[in-house]
Amino acid sequence: MSVHEEVRKSAHDEARERFLALHAGFAATRGSEPAWLAALRARSLDAFREQGLPHTRMEEWRNTNVAPLAKVPFALAAPGGAVARPDLEHHAFPVFACSVFVFVNGRFAPALSAARRLECGTTVESIAALLRDEPDALAARLGAQVDVKLHPFAALANAFALDGACVRVPPGAGTEQPIHLVFVSAPAADGASALVHPRVVVEAAPGSRLTLIQDHVCVGTSPGFTNAVTEIQVGAGAQVDFVLIQREPDYRFHVSNLAVVQERDSRLSAHTLCFGGALVRNDAGVLLVGEGAECRLDGLFVAGGKQLVDNHTIVDHAVPHCTSQETYKGIVGGQARGVFRGRIVVRPDAQKTNARQSNPNLLLGAGAEVDTKPQLEILADDVKCSHGSSVGQLDPDAFFYLRSRGLGEDVARDLLTRAFAQEILRGLPSPALADALDDVLQQKLHLAHAGGLS
Amino acid sequence: MADALLELRDVHATAGDAAILRGVDLVVRPGEVHAVMGPNGSGKSTLANVLAGRPSVRITRGEMLFDGRDLAALSPEERAREGIFLAFQYPVEIPGVANMYFLKAALNAIRKHRGQPELDAMEFLQLARRKMKLVQMDEKLMQRSVNEGFSGGEKKRNEVLQMAILEPRLAVLDETDSGLDSDALRVVAGGVNALRGPERAMIVITHYQRLLDYVEPDFVHVLAGGRIARSGGKELALELEEKGYGWLDAAAKR
Repeated sequence: MSVHEEVRKSAHDEARERFLALHAGFAATRGSEPAWLAALRARSLDAFREQGLPHTRMEEWRNTNVAPLAKVPFALAAPGGAVARPDLEHHAFPVFACSVFVFVNGRFAPALSAARRLECGTTVESIAALLRDEPDALAARLGAQVDVKLHPFAALANAFALDGACVRVPPGAGTEQPIHLVFVSAPAADGASALVHPRVVVEAAPGSRLTLIQDHVCVGTSPGFTNAVTEIQVGAGAQVDFVLIQREPDYRFHVSNLAVVQERDSRLSAHTLCFGGALVRNDAGVLLVGEGAECRLDGLFVAGGKQLVDNHTIVDHAVPHCTSQETYKGIVGGQARGVFRGRIVVRPDAQKTNARQSNPNLLLGAGAEVDTKPQLEILADDVKCSHGSSVGQLDPDAFFYLRSRGLGEDVARDLLTRAFAQEILRGLPSPALADALDDVLQQKLHLAHAGGLS
Repeated sequence: MADALLELRDVHATAGDAAILRGVDLVVRPGEVHAVMGPNGSGKSTLANVLAGRPSVRITRGEMLFDGRDLAALSPEERAREGIFLAFQYPVEIPGVANMYFLKAALNAIRKHRGQPELDAMEFLQLARRKMKLVQMDEKLMQRSVNEGFSGGEKKRNEVLQMAILEPRLAVLDETDSGLDSDALRVVAGGVNALRGPERAMIVITHYQRLLDYVEPDFVHVLAGGRIARSGGKELALELEEKGYGWLDAAAKR
């Protein structure tokens, strides 16, 4: 073992000790908890203690070194960050009407939430309130869909689980009207780097309909680490459109884990749109356990400066006759790095599976880098599966065409870059949301001209 | 006689690694329409591209003056803003960029350069509608991505539409007639003719006489081996139509 590795390992060990110490402090503040929750915490904490922070010798983390995160002594975010409604206004999507639920540093903020009428019995509740009022409501749900032995950060998230959103749609109920969950990171009073664990649990009962947006934003200058877990259960014949937006500043750490289970004949579209973060890791997993289920798993990640954005996905076809379609697009400039690893698993019984995956990437600078690795594990013989990935630059003919009409280099480059993203944006459940995110992308590109993306 | 709008002096240019233009001299004055004809490989498209500033085409000797300024020192977008327009032989498809948005951005970039106020969406739409009639273009194409899925004729109409909206001082039409049936050719030529005017010069590059039946040139030049082998009036085009380009080889060998 080289000296360098020894140093890194010990930094990881120190980080593990710090997280464990932090958890001891956290546990001391918890009163009596339902037995299932105490068991979940203990099991998860054990898993984390055993693994510690992931390192690059682990296959799943080969391209993503969490050393910058391991160095930071995080503190748990104190309750009641000073966020007022005007702080959130410039993050609002102007033309996009929906029910908004705001969480500040992971805790539900009813005063900031402008819930419009929720139709057809859909409920959005604070997980903390639910744990207090109906202690067993989440017993089989919270932490049920993520394997903590494979996901050390999700293990931490379970151990520290505190609050978040529980969205439930009763059988045959629901609407296309979107529900917008906004997770706000706000500065700690002492300026410390705060650790927050946003949490979302979704239960779409059979035949129900849900459009849900999970949005991570930041107010003020708030260094810290967002470690989010979202678990979605899509019941038989239900349809869920889910959008995960991460638009935190470029200095934050962000890890997210999305775990979906789909029952018979259900439909899911899940979009992960990732703009911010110094070190970002998104895991998205869809498990198809009911025949006839269809899923569309899309992503867009934009990285500039020295950002590192890693997307790992897995679509697991456990039963026959399911369809999955996956498109992840990466836009990487500056000195940034993008990572995509997409696994498709087709289990031995999962005949008549139809699975497609593609990962086109756009490199905007000579210093930018993308590692892409599709991975098919097909154990059935009567299936249709395809995958493709590419790493390219802007089309020089198109670039010249735009410039020959008077558009400057920056404008032409931005226009083509946004055009590259349109396929993903136009697949979003609402055109108004697509427009709003096109604006977010445009702002990011503008900022980038100060030395980021290009 | 008016001052030259464009003057090429002994222009040599390479496309990729190949030397294509080997000493082109040409003077174009405002209001004039020049046809440049020639066989395949004679350098016609390279001439068009060196004027528009395509990065893969490099000028290696000689000079190009536009309104007295050194053209080679200007980027493609600066040339466009100064009033040079190239109608592409192969208009590029750009999925994800709406035609309307693109054209409005282009026009406003040029207007800004000219010190004119930018047009808002409504003003632009009115202008675009007026110009679309000129080339009989379906308004639906404005909402689509630039040239994506357009037929050959629609692409060429779109080029002429762009020219009509951007109102260049020098329009270079690179084989705008190629791939058009006679109806489409008539429409495109009609659009081009409508844009002729005392302030605007045109260079019409074509392989065939056909387009020149509709767009009557003041001068015809024959490009061969990267040089202008012969220049004359519109009767030269008819002569070429009759004799073909075979005589050029003989002339070149002499």
